[in-house]
Amino acid sequence: MRSALPVLTVLAVIVGIWYLAVAPMNVRVALDQAERAGAQIVPEGSVPRREVSVWTLMLRNSDHVAEGYALERPRLPTPAQVGQELWKTTGAMIAKGRPWSKRGLIYHGWITLQSTLWGFALGTLLGIAGAVAIVYSRTAQLSLMPWAIISQTIPIVALAPMIIVLSSQIGVEGRGLPKAIISAYLCFFPVLVGMVKGLRAPQPAQLDLLRTYNANGLQSFLRLRLPASVPYLFTSLKVGIAAALVGTIVGELPTGAISGLGARILIGDQFGTPLAIWSALFAAAVLAGALVTVLDVVQRITLKRMGLV
Amino acid sequence: MTTQNVIHAKSLDLTFQTNDGPVHALKGVSLDIERGDFVSFIGPSGCGKTTFLRCMADLETPTGGTITVNGTTPEQARKARAYGYVFQAAGLYPWRTIGKNISLPLEIMGYSKTEIAERVARTLELVELAGFEKKFPWQLSGGMQQRASIARALAFDADILLMDEPFGALDEIVRDHLNEQLLQLWARTEKTIAFVTHSIPEAVYLSTRIVVMSPRPGRITDVIESTLPRDRPLDIRESPEFLEIAHRVRDGLRAGHAYD
Repeated sequence: MRSALPVLTVLAVIVGIWYLAVAPMNVRVALDQAERAGAQIVPEGSVPRREVSVWTLMLRNSDHVAEGYALERPRLPTPAQVGQELWKTTGAMIAKGRPWSKRGLIYHGWITLQSTLWGFALGTLLGIAGAVAIVYSRTAQLSLMPWAIISQTIPIVALAPMIIVLSSQIGVEGRGLPKAIISAYLCFFPVLVGMVKGLRAPQPAQLDLLRTYNANGLQSFLRLRLPASVPYLFTSLKVGIAAALVGTIVGELPTGAISGLGARILIGDQFGTPLAIWSALFAAAVLAGALVTVLDVVQRITLKRMGLV
Repeated sequence: MTTQNVIHAKSLDLTFQTNDGPVHALKGVSLDIERGDFVSFIGPSGCGKTTFLRCMADLETPTGGTITVNGTTPEQARKARAYGYVFQAAGLYPWRTIGKNISLPLEIMGYSKTEIAERVARTLELVELAGFEKKFPWQLSGGMQQRASIARALAFDADILLMDEPFGALDEIVRDHLNEQLLQLWARTEKTIAFVTHSIPEAVYLSTRIVVMSPRPGRITDVIESTLPRDRPLDIRESPEFLEIAHRVRDGLRAGHAYD
């Protein structure tokens, strides 16, 4: 694994910076806490301290800086704290025999994953269908493409609550479907763009060749355009599934949802439990990484089988 | 119009409209190709040799004059799958094995599975690629890829083979070898071949007739009947007869040229 070394180096640097950042980020909270516990802090009182920079505070109260690494409600938790919280809400839940507890991230991750996959399926389907229309019809190219681009300039955060409200108006129960729609909304675009490029990848000579065989439209689509687009498709799918996950989480944020990773992030914010936010954030990152990896493996296998290496 | 003429072109014009004004790719081109002929088209870039070939294949539509293929319009001939076309680049589909590439036209034309297998094996044999059926194009050399693309054009029984600089990108040695093989193949299959090339020795070595073309506007300046026998070993290229024809071709090219 020669490729592991650079990755691990970057990771180590990030974790190092993170640990260093915890001290200034948490110093005010740590000093407040130490003062309440009876320690002598310079300057006295949390209000006067607001006038002093974190660096000065750290210099003058160097004894208490370490306490910033063990706060219950830190401004910035340490990687170890996030790791513990993640374990507490996943592995420990399984150990206790309650993996599907609503306090655990497995349950919330599953909720998010479901919507993501539905959104991904819907978005991919729409993206491919749109790309086929654009490649085969000039009218569709002129009418569809600008709208596809405009659609991505609208902030999804503004659109998400509307989609939820409108879908409940037409009698859709629950948040699964609207969340999937929001997710598909973000996911279809990379698939559309990638597939338009992929379906147009064949050289003019390759299309001429099929013309000399008097091949019909379906034959040239299935035998030339579609296989030629496969490498482009997988690249788009990897971008698309990450976008679908972001879409789902955004769909869970401003909509009063109570389950899903997005809901955990919002609730963590409202209840002032940063550890919950950070662990949900990392759970989402792990989920995204896993989904992209799965697609990457499928891509490698498929391209190898197709002889495209 | 004689019906045995495979290709019959009369005062063919083709003008492309571009932003810089009209381009006369072909002007007043008349030519007859008889069954079993091997006709080479030679001339500098822009002389319309490829365009003329593409007109025969119904890949371009002439703007004036008439052209028939097997006594029908090029479109009818294309729909009847009357010709196989070999492009300058082999253009094999990278996701198909060599065997699958050759079966591509057969699949499209609706041949049965057993017949496809049988024809693929036969054409691979014909271009000396037997045993490479399961290989992907990237596993083959450029010359082998071009042979596979010829096999693809031969797989269905078209009487006409249209070849557009098929060996242009290959080195001299491979090219000699393929030229020799092409002649053998032509003798065995008795096809009518129209062959575009840049190379004088290649044109003289292969052809029964050499059509010299010249640009701006694209037109035929000379048609040279080859006096060489049909059976041609490679060293015929050192014979006085060969050099004589090559000389005529070179003169024809020079005459049609205004470079010097």
